[in-house]
Amino acid sequence: MRWEKVMGLEVHLQLATKSKIFSSSSTVFGAEPNSHTNPLDTALPGTLPVLNHEAVTKAIVFGLGVGAEIGKVSRFDRKNYFYPDLPKGYQISQFFEPIVKEGVFDVPMPDGSIFPVRILRAHLEEDAGKSVHDAIPGQTAIDLNRAGTPLLEVVTEPDFRTADQVVAYLKALHALVTYLGISDGNMAEGSMRCDVNLSLRLEGEQEYGTRTELKNINSFRFIERAIYVEAERQQDILESGRAVTQETRLFDPDADETRSMRSKEVANDYRYFPDPDLLPVVIDDETIEKIRAELPELPTTKRARFSEQLGLSQYDASLLTQDRPTAEFFEAVATKCNNPKSAANWLLGDVSASLNKAGIQLTESKLLASELADLILRIDDGTLSSKMAKTVFDALWDGETNVDQIIEQNGLKQVSDTGALETIVSDLIATNPAQVEQYRAADEGKQKKLIGFFVGQAMKASKGQANPQMLNQLLKEKLG
Amino acid sequence: MTFCYETIEGMRGKLASGAISSVELTRESIDRITDLNPSLNAVITVNEERALDAAAKADVARREGNSSPLLGIPMLHKDIFCTQNMPTTCASKMLEGFVAPYDATVVKRLNSAGMITLGKCNMDEFAMGSSNETSHFGACKNPWDTARVPGGSSGGSASAVAAGLAPLATGTDTGGSIRQPAALCGITGLKPTYGRVSRYGMIAFASSMDQAGPMARTAEDCALVLEAMAGADPLDSTCSDQVVPAYSSHLGDCVQGMRVGVPKEFFANDLNSAVAETIEASLKELEKLGAKLVDVSLPSTSLGVSTYYVIAPAEASANLSRYDGVRYGYRCDNPSNLQDLYLRSRTEGFGEEVKRRILIGAFTLSAASYDQYFMKAQQVRRLISQEYEDVLSKVDVIAGPSAPNTAFALNDSSKSITDMYMEDVFTIGANLAGLPAMSVPAGIVEGLPVGMQLIGRRFGEVDLLRLAHQFQQRTTWHTLTPTMEERH
Repeated sequence: MRWEKVMGLEVHLQLATKSKIFSSSSTVFGAEPNSHTNPLDTALPGTLPVLNHEAVTKAIVFGLGVGAEIGKVSRFDRKNYFYPDLPKGYQISQFFEPIVKEGVFDVPMPDGSIFPVRILRAHLEEDAGKSVHDAIPGQTAIDLNRAGTPLLEVVTEPDFRTADQVVAYLKALHALVTYLGISDGNMAEGSMRCDVNLSLRLEGEQEYGTRTELKNINSFRFIERAIYVEAERQQDILESGRAVTQETRLFDPDADETRSMRSKEVANDYRYFPDPDLLPVVIDDETIEKIRAELPELPTTKRARFSEQLGLSQYDASLLTQDRPTAEFFEAVATKCNNPKSAANWLLGDVSASLNKAGIQLTESKLLASELADLILRIDDGTLSSKMAKTVFDALWDGETNVDQIIEQNGLKQVSDTGALETIVSDLIATNPAQVEQYRAADEGKQKKLIGFFVGQAMKASKGQANPQMLNQLLKEKLG
Repeated sequence: MTFCYETIEGMRGKLASGAISSVELTRESIDRITDLNPSLNAVITVNEERALDAAAKADVARREGNSSPLLGIPMLHKDIFCTQNMPTTCASKMLEGFVAPYDATVVKRLNSAGMITLGKCNMDEFAMGSSNETSHFGACKNPWDTARVPGGSSGGSASAVAAGLAPLATGTDTGGSIRQPAALCGITGLKPTYGRVSRYGMIAFASSMDQAGPMARTAEDCALVLEAMAGADPLDSTCSDQVVPAYSSHLGDCVQGMRVGVPKEFFANDLNSAVAETIEASLKELEKLGAKLVDVSLPSTSLGVSTYYVIAPAEASANLSRYDGVRYGYRCDNPSNLQDLYLRSRTEGFGEEVKRRILIGAFTLSAASYDQYFMKAQQVRRLISQEYEDVLSKVDVIAGPSAPNTAFALNDSSKSITDMYMEDVFTIGANLAGLPAMSVPAGIVEGLPVGMQLIGRRFGEVDLLRLAHQFQQRTTWHTLTPTMEERH
């Protein structure tokens, strides 16, 4: 018997609007508790929500980005429940008529294949505040700064069968929303939060099993583990003949287990009904077409173009298109140096390693695309050896900005002048007769080793600037 | 000399000529509140110091050339409107002592028009009631007979204006809460079209029907106050941006040939026969003005009350969730845990009628009864709206009684909860359909006032006000005043 995992995802994306979805308070993260609140955010009597149209536009952008249908008339509803971080006692959400309807999102898998994920819906809603348990001893404090931050909840069909698919989807979604500029996708700050609905069934079964909902897994790293751990747990239950309870569970990475949060069987009846304080959101075709015309090139399109037109491997193309700044940087380098493969190698090699080492993003580094392109041009025209190139790169990384000047100042020009090299080689042969004799007597295999001595001496004589290919060539001629 | 029953125009003339000052007007109102309010309980917060201060400033402004029509005229606000520097309680223990950090848009606009806020009026708790008996601060009395109710929920506003404590007051009307108390207290009250007046800062009861309006002695005063209250508000998405007409300058427009629809369902069993006769006599007066009476039918009238008592409590159940004892308002003593905090704060902080409606609302919205109740009620609401729209495509105005009876006795134990709900049988339709409607004094039955209701087309306040105004040019019912001093 083999068990198959069946998973559907709910991702909450925090939309990158300046103010909250229904109030003029700022959405900036990390402010003094309750400093980004006004009478609406604290649900004072008589206050009324006013829709922030920036959130609507961003939701439409998302819908177009995943090729979904845009709801021409969407509505806001009240989801009723009591919780201290929910000031009104209800959350304004879209239950009956979401703004984004069905669509299919093509997710690139690491092997270059495409995994189509069916998007069921995406709806706008407001975030809740936070309960703070460690600020006041023995008491719970409430911080309402986050209350009212716009969220787009993206719900998929239960299309996922493996953790790899889930991770690939989340990465593609992250790339998409950052490309589109609708969310910063920052998982650590909660801008992208993922709930996984997971059930098991025997392979070949059509019916779904009872699912559990894994809440708020806030890093790519934990998702695979959480899925693995929960699937194991369910499998143990099923194989021992018991039934899985439908409930919400929380993954605890420290204990490496999932824990029950609350049972959905006794869960709230949310008593959804249309919010009479807000008018329906009516979107006409003209608005949709205007937004569509302004969409940037999507990651999937870019990825295909990078591999088809620029000759990159599927793998490199997908790595380079994971976020928009990297893709744009790559394109700028590749265009200027006219060597896409080399540009890709630099970005995925030295640049990526340096970023990791410094723990920063590409946008935070001092490296300029035009300078990296110049560096590649100087390698391609033979001015720089790959070793010298590293030295130049280090200077660029540290913030210097003129490749030719760096070459000049550090005396890094390769000696590729045949005359100068010939003089060095002739001098060497003249001053080292014993080694010459030994070389000439040796067989071909040994010669390969013995030539090293001459290369080393010649490099020393040229202060390391001799073009190694030319030097080898010349030595072979003169010694042979 | 007393000004307590002056109209705005009357006061304005005297203010302009210097015969009186705003300070004197304000002083007189405050003195009357001091004298008469103990027997009426119409006013629950008196803003004496600040009112006199504002009046003095208004007098200065007038001398400096400000000629705003409402400058320096005192008024009262229903305690459902948030006011900075003064408590806003909604007549609930839940909000006892609560002071909002902002003024409701209505209050802000009337303030900037130069009106003086005398204080805040009693009401049914969270506007839930038709008798003003559900107030946490005690029942308000009808000045025509203090053993009787003033109606509700804007009972304090109606009682205060009728007793001459203030020339004007604001009210709110979700199912008849301006019109029924106006009728029972013999004053003129207007519930505007839904969306005509901003709801920002007005504590929500049933958001899809709540609407603020003026309560005054004449249609003309209502027109003047509505002009200042109404208009688009970026803080209320449901508030219309339609231009606000100069209502007061259309009061004399011709009513000759105006078609007045009289729905037969408004004269059915529910209506007290003496009230019916009074209304019929008033309809004859409209005919004498040149209006044409047309028999019409609103067949779903009898469904209005049940429809309303599904939708209004449903919305209220969510609107009142914010009163949870966490951030402001009443909090129970020593809660043992979160559940206990919620449970006891709300159990102790809300009155019986409010809790009843929250429970009804939570029930009708629950997954098991949503389709059967809430959805069904929304469908009937559309049906009722359609009937009104059809009738109003044939007539300009609908006329009938505002309430089935005159003011009833306080603490009348023979009146069941559903009897009380039936008080709104004629007024609820206009709320469900979002139409403007007003109540105009139309007669006296056994010493108690009767109100005639006029219902208009969406944004047809001009029609209502001019018909009411011209009716008041022919009749004197609106000039009658209760003999308060003898009664208490």
